[in-house]
Amino acid sequence: MASNNDSIKKTIIVALSLCLVCSVFVAAAAVGLKPIQNANKDLDRKRNILSAANMLDTSTSVDEVFESIETRLVSLKTGRFATDAEINQAGIDVATYDQQAAAKDPALSEVLVNDPASIKRRAKFATVYLVKSDAGIDRVILPVHGYGLWSTMYGFIALENDFDTVIGFGFYDQGETPGLGGEVDNPNWKALWEGKKIYNDQGEAVIQLAKGGVDSADPQAIHKVDGLSGATLTSRGVTNLVQYWLGEEGFGPFLSVLRSEGDQ
Amino acid sequence: MSNVKEVLFGPILANNPIALQILGICSALAVTSSLSVSLVMAIALTLVTAFSSFFIAIIRNHIPNSIRIIVQMIIIASLVIVVDQVLKAFAFEISKQLSVFVGLIITNCIVMGRAEAFAMKNGPVMSFLDGIGNGLGYSVMLIIVAIFRELLGAGKLFGVEIFTTIQNGGWYQPNGLMLLPPSAFFVIGLVIWALRAYKTDQVEAPEYKIAANSRAQEAL
Repeated sequence: MASNNDSIKKTIIVALSLCLVCSVFVAAAAVGLKPIQNANKDLDRKRNILSAANMLDTSTSVDEVFESIETRLVSLKTGRFATDAEINQAGIDVATYDQQAAAKDPALSEVLVNDPASIKRRAKFATVYLVKSDAGIDRVILPVHGYGLWSTMYGFIALENDFDTVIGFGFYDQGETPGLGGEVDNPNWKALWEGKKIYNDQGEAVIQLAKGGVDSADPQAIHKVDGLSGATLTSRGVTNLVQYWLGEEGFGPFLSVLRSEGDQ
Repeated sequence: MSNVKEVLFGPILANNPIALQILGICSALAVTSSLSVSLVMAIALTLVTAFSSFFIAIIRNHIPNSIRIIVQMIIIASLVIVVDQVLKAFAFEISKQLSVFVGLIITNCIVMGRAEAFAMKNGPVMSFLDGIGNGLGYSVMLIIVAIFRELLGAGKLFGVEIFTTIQNGGWYQPNGLMLLPPSAFFVIGLVIWALRAYKTDQVEAPEYKIAANSRAQEAL
């Protein structure tokens, strides 16, 4: 039998049948589990958005809280909500649009010339999340990302309806040094962002991390957050990405439109 | 019966795949910075080793010698993909932390080593037990390393604070080195030292010996 095993015919039969069995097995697992995996990814994204806006509540389900949030697309070029025509033309859909994937798609993104956040390409449309009450927009949650020391850090920043005061800020994906730059995930550090103001009197995005900590006597203290000790480059990356995304090239024009016109 | 016991529990102390055979080190470095992640990795590897050995043992008499490594790889790879998919569906948080390392079980020397060394020569049931046993040996080592690393590196176990760190207003200054992969080398080295001090038969003969000093009269 052993000698028979090594014949060419037997070798091919074994190889083919094994491949067939294994591929059916793998395909069944991948297809069968796909819906649960997608639901997980969706839930994870929603949880990150809610935690940036300090709306995460253990007593109610994430989906339930998320129902009060409106998802819109913003055209970063014009600073306005993307019109239906623009959305149709780009062939995207608000519900399924993935900004991270779009940034890699030449048709949906552009190469950046001025690139302080070191992201190289940027999607033309950004997903924003609006929390509404009867009086209009209550808070707005914006996606931000940029390069730190080792990794591109992806996060959300939530602003109050003056579109200036920070409610919360946090990264959901980063690969900085654990214990140093990785402290961007420390809840105590993230709590420092609450109540800080993004813009100065001239309307420039000046919020930054201060090396050595913030001196409360400093008149600019409202625009400063403690830097991370031992992580100068990560701190610099965070400053750059926040200033970039909330500045003139990022969501700055969009936020001024919101400030003057509401969500029309 | 004693044979079953030896196959199942032998790899934990007497023939530990990491400590004695020094296999599967790379994943032991990568995933052990937190205990819960290590535990999932240990379970995943144990299952993959056990089932791959089982399936390979079933068809061992039909595997042509010329393609046997490829056949083993296909079976192992299929199982790893299934494990990865299951983790993504039912343990999403942990699968995010394990990221590529679940996929890298395919290249883990322990799985391949047991398939080639044991499953090709033994029946399915014994091979299955051998896979479980070696998986347990790997798990024990991973858990020991993870306990040291998470406790000393972050002051936590299973994410629950044990030592209150200075960042959170406590007394413990976390040892950042313990969170970086090289620290797993140190811990594994210390465990191997302890194990060989206890089981002296595991000590390898030195590969070379320094000759005795030449005497004064020989030198003349």
